Amino acid sequence: MTEMSELNQAAHTEFHPRWYRKRLSTWWWLGEWHYLVFILRELSSLSVAWFVGLTLFQLRAFMRGPDSYGRFTDTLQSPIMIALNLIAFCFIMLHAITWFNLAPRAMPVRVGGKRVPEFLVAAPNYVLWIAVSAFVAWLLLRTS
Amino acid sequence: MADKIVLEIARYAPERDDKPSFQSFEVPLRKEWVVLDALNYIKDKVDGTLTYRWSCRMGICGSCGMMVNGEPKLTCATFLTSYGNNATVRVEPLRYFPVIRDLVTALSDFLVKLQKVKPWLIHPNQPPLSAGEFLQTPEQLDLYKQFSMCINCTLCYAACPVVGLDQEFVGPAALALAQRYNLDNRDQGSAERLATLAHPDGIWGCTFVGECTRVCPKHVDPAGAIQQYKLTAALDWVKSFILPRGHKDAPQETAHD
Amino acid sequence: MSETPKKASNEGFLWLLFSAGGVVAAILIPIQLFLFGLAFPLGWLPQPSYDHLVYLMSSPWVRLYLFVMCSLPLFHWAHRFRFTLYDGLQVKHLNEVIFAFCYGGALVGTVLAAYLLLSI
Ligand code: SF4
Ligand code: FES
Repeated sequence: MTEMSELNQAAHTEFHPRWYRKRLSTWWWLGEWHYLVFILRELSSLSVAWFVGLTLFQLRAFMRGPDSYGRFTDTLQSPIMIALNLIAFCFIMLHAITWFNLAPRAMPVRVGGKRVPEFLVAAPNYVLWIAVSAFVAWLLLRTS
Repeated sequence: MADKIVLEIARYAPERDDKPSFQSFEVPLRKEWVVLDALNYIKDKVDGTLTYRWSCRMGICGSCGMMVNGEPKLTCATFLTSYGNNATVRVEPLRYFPVIRDLVTALSDFLVKLQKVKPWLIHPNQPPLSAGEFLQTPEQLDLYKQFSMCINCTLCYAACPVVGLDQEFVGPAALALAQRYNLDNRDQGSAERLATLAHPDGIWGCTFVGECTRVCPKHVDPAGAIQQYKLTAALDWVKSFILPRGHKDAPQETAHD
Repeated sequence: MSETPKKASNEGFLWLLFSAGGVVAAILIPIQLFLFGLAFPLGWLPQPSYDHLVYLMSSPWVRLYLFVMCSLPLFHWAHRFRFTLYDGLQVKHLNEVIFAFCYGGALVGTVLAAYLLLSI
């Protein structure tokens, strides 16, 4: 609080102690393993934005016709794009797993007044995830 | 050779030092000794000027919190043997707090925040005592019990980077305690607390790092309490948005107007 | 504690968007990115033909699905990235700029997605 920082700056006298306060370094998230995992989880949002951007380009190429779409899928085969998508995929998986695992903490489920264990609340998330993924894959892969 | 352990202790004397420095002490390593026992040994036998807080030495008063090898710990519950023979253990004051002397942190900041969330039962229309006791079912107790276990040890503040980044952030323990009263069916103060809690320096400052929950010696789960309150506050916002008038217990209205 | 409570309420709305986007991103993006970004280009699975995609895109449900998959995760990104910049780089004094960049970006992306999906 503001009074605090003033107190903090004051010189030491018998009845007016000078406190020592350390500033947090800009690189605080590098110093500790838990903080690093946290910042990686947060950075997964960049992969989300990357994916949406890619999808918008894909839609544009699709709209312009088969030739344009063919060129788009060719671009996706370049090693650079494969590498970027691989990195993005890893971050997306980090996001998905941390999200499913943390959700029960934010939304506790109670049955008969007792809290359901977290893994039991997280399990349906995974089931839904797998079901949706399978359905999307089936839609795309089925030969019409 | 007798077992021993080295304690590297942060020393800071405001009348003498500009910033803390470390001093090493060799301490016998006894099987049942915790870090606090080693500190008491040093104060009794080696250097009486060493300054730190403690009281109950049984994990209930919450005054002996320090950074032990970079982790926020209750020193009365952290055994020296878990660091092994001949190890060096670093003891520092709890992170992100101003340091008064050696291992003692200034708590006034925390106490101001704690008071701001009104962690007590607010019960304006309390029935007279003659009406008898207030009955609460085990289910109603269970809703808030976990959050009521807090001993104000402030370990969670030392774990939370947002506390370090933003001095105004209300912080994990105070937010969890607010939630403890919000969830108590005897309490009617959630509307009064809302302005402080649903604020950029309140719950919206939290990014769910989750470290507070990991270090809490009482399994309070402040991070969970905060996320749960985020959902309540957000849905409340939606409700008051959709039903500006019909919203029965619209806490925002009463709190802000 | 200088900001008005009004602002505080908006944070709740933005957080709802963040959470909804987080759920959508967690459930829908992994398979989509795996197929289009890795499995198809690397030939692990047969690329769906253009005609098959035309057939799929003719369904309004597929387009709605794609719209949700694009828009909500953008608001998820906006929220998370805003706080990553605030906290990770300690640039809270650029508050307004970051806010405008993140949510502005999410809005532009949403409009683009709607435009593309409606004109297909
Ligand atoms: S929530 Fe836990 S870590 Fe934080 S002050 Fe209370 S008991 Fe200590
Ligand atoms: S001395 Fe009381 S909690 Fe450690």
